Amino acid sequence: MERNSGGLAARNMEWDDNGSMVSPLGYPARLIAPAESFRTVTDKIGGIVLEHPREKIWWTAFLPSFCLLTVLLVALSYLVFMGIGIWGVNIPIAWGFAIVNFVWWIGIGHAGTFISAILLLLLQKWRTTINRFTEAMTLFAVMCAGLFPLAHLGRPWLFYWLLPYPDTMALWPQFRSPLVWDVFAVSTYFTVSFIFWYVGLLPDVATLRDKALTRGKQVFYGILAMGWRGSARHWQRHQSAYLLLAGLATPLVLSVHSVVSFDFAVAIVPGWHSTIFPPYFVAGAIYSGFAMVLNIVIPIRKIYGLENLITLRHLNNMGNVMLATGWMVTYGYIMEAFMSWYSGEVFERYMMWNRAFGPYGWTFWLLIATNVLIPQALWSRRVRTSPALLFCVALSVNIGMWLERFVIVITSLHRDFVPSMWRMYYPTVWDWLTFFGTIGLFLTLLFLFIRYLPMISISESRELVAEQKGAAR
Amino acid sequence: MSTAVQTLLPEIEWATTGRRIYGVMAEFEHPEQVLEAARRAHTEGYRRMDAYTPFPVEGLAEELGQRSNAVPLITLLGGIAGGLGGYFMQWYSMGMLYPFNIGERPRNSWPMFIPITFELTVLIASFSALIVMLALNRLPEPHHPVFNTPGFERATIDRFFLCIEARDEKFNLGEVTAFLEQLKPVRIREVRE
Repeated sequence: MERNSGGLAARNMEWDDNGSMVSPLGYPARLIAPAESFRTVTDKIGGIVLEHPREKIWWTAFLPSFCLLTVLLVALSYLVFMGIGIWGVNIPIAWGFAIVNFVWWIGIGHAGTFISAILLLLLQKWRTTINRFTEAMTLFAVMCAGLFPLAHLGRPWLFYWLLPYPDTMALWPQFRSPLVWDVFAVSTYFTVSFIFWYVGLLPDVATLRDKALTRGKQVFYGILAMGWRGSARHWQRHQSAYLLLAGLATPLVLSVHSVVSFDFAVAIVPGWHSTIFPPYFVAGAIYSGFAMVLNIVIPIRKIYGLENLITLRHLNNMGNVMLATGWMVTYGYIMEAFMSWYSGEVFERYMMWNRAFGPYGWTFWLLIATNVLIPQALWSRRVRTSPALLFCVALSVNIGMWLERFVIVITSLHRDFVPSMWRMYYPTVWDWLTFFGTIGLFLTLLFLFIRYLPMISISESRELVAEQKGAAR
Repeated sequence: MSTAVQTLLPEIEWATTGRRIYGVMAEFEHPEQVLEAARRAHTEGYRRMDAYTPFPVEGLAEELGQRSNAVPLITLLGGIAGGLGGYFMQWYSMGMLYPFNIGERPRNSWPMFIPITFELTVLIASFSALIVMLALNRLPEPHHPVFNTPGFERATIDRFFLCIEARDEKFNLGEVTAFLEQLKPVRIREVRE
């Protein structure tokens, strides 16, 4: 009931003594505190960008992230200089960390599109104050993801060979290959997410232009705003384009991780060759994406005092989504194990046994603990509405989802069909530095975004204020 | 609700600025008011007008007389072009220009062409939606006469504006001002080019 917060459910809401809304079941139902007005939401969100409150905390968060980013630059430079031999990859484990991290990052991006597009179409009003932020997260996560296959090419400066362009050798990419599908899926995903994000941002940068007091800021936001003046005729086309983009992004978010899963599922490697992969990957992507959203939103709402805008209701709902997608992922694990036994195939059965009890068995059990057992705490409403506990569960899921990709990539590859091709994979220091470096890139971009662009949609928050005022009357 | 209605003397401003009049702008406090104002102005016979609001007010563009919206159609056409173009590219390059014969599999192996066809459909449709939205709104347009209105920055913050433009056939400064005053706006301003 509390999740239906569109027009219908608004009528079912009751007002408690403090003037805040509670749903009939007593869940925290506030999307936005009743004291907020058009002016206060604008000042609160715009003020973060224009006045930079909590400057010290921002710098203490930004500087370590920026240092990690320089680590990435060093690691990538050394990689280009030396070649991918500096990584722990070998034959048969040719994919290594690069693909583990690629899949992990691109999965994290999915929550952004899910929140902004699918929940928009489902009229889930609670998405409003978190969608901008998670869309930005999507963009930055896809940037980090894209780096890995590029770096893994060995000669990254020839990346354009993957694109169809009229070359002198009259060669074309192999369009029947899932790896080429991936190029199209990921680049389309990034471009469409960027367009969607920018179209949503347009009215808000116009607000910043009009609120800015210094010439530099007025010019900067003025250029970004393209002269947006809030004309009703413009709004009509803007809203129609925004909804269409949401509609286009919806199948896209389901397709991207499906295509990523085809990289595995189309191969004949035991542990990869499975029809359950596309839905299981998509569910896992949304699972890890929501975990990352929580890990970032929980500290930020505290630091910037946004508890009135990103309320406990949001945290509760995100916890529910994680619980649901977590069970889809768990179903995937169970089915993988069941099908490998049921197939009666010696390689499949060995793969499953090796996954749990082989040399990398500990990663599998750690995965079950972090991704399946610990998230069961989300059944409790107390955990879902306690920011600290929810943060811990989300962290566990993030680690668990990374381990899942490690298990899928490494343990499936390290036992090839012929025992003479059995190898171990040990990540080198450069593997770790590249991975942590992308976390630096992600956080650096995120902190720059928080400082220079509105992290909550101001115009949509005003709509929410108008709606709640209408409901209160 | 609304504070004292203040109207500037048009003659004085004309004399001091000497700039052509663009329209008359009324400022409102609530979205329902601007919606009502637009409805009344349309009934009154005004056609060349626009409203400026800090968030999309549902039905406002329709009240102003804007019925058609080309964005969905162009997006659809973009998507169709992207899909057909994407499929053609794969079929022509894989089947005609550089065919591989792998175990006598068909040249036009359509199931394998679906993912990229889908991605290009979405990509071109999204570009179309963006470009047609900007083009029909004539953006980027860094300057516009309405920005000359004092206090207009609140159109992107918390106020709702209705502007009846001078190019309207029925436009008459005194009549328009008198009409807008009936709607009880916070204030009325003239907009100069």
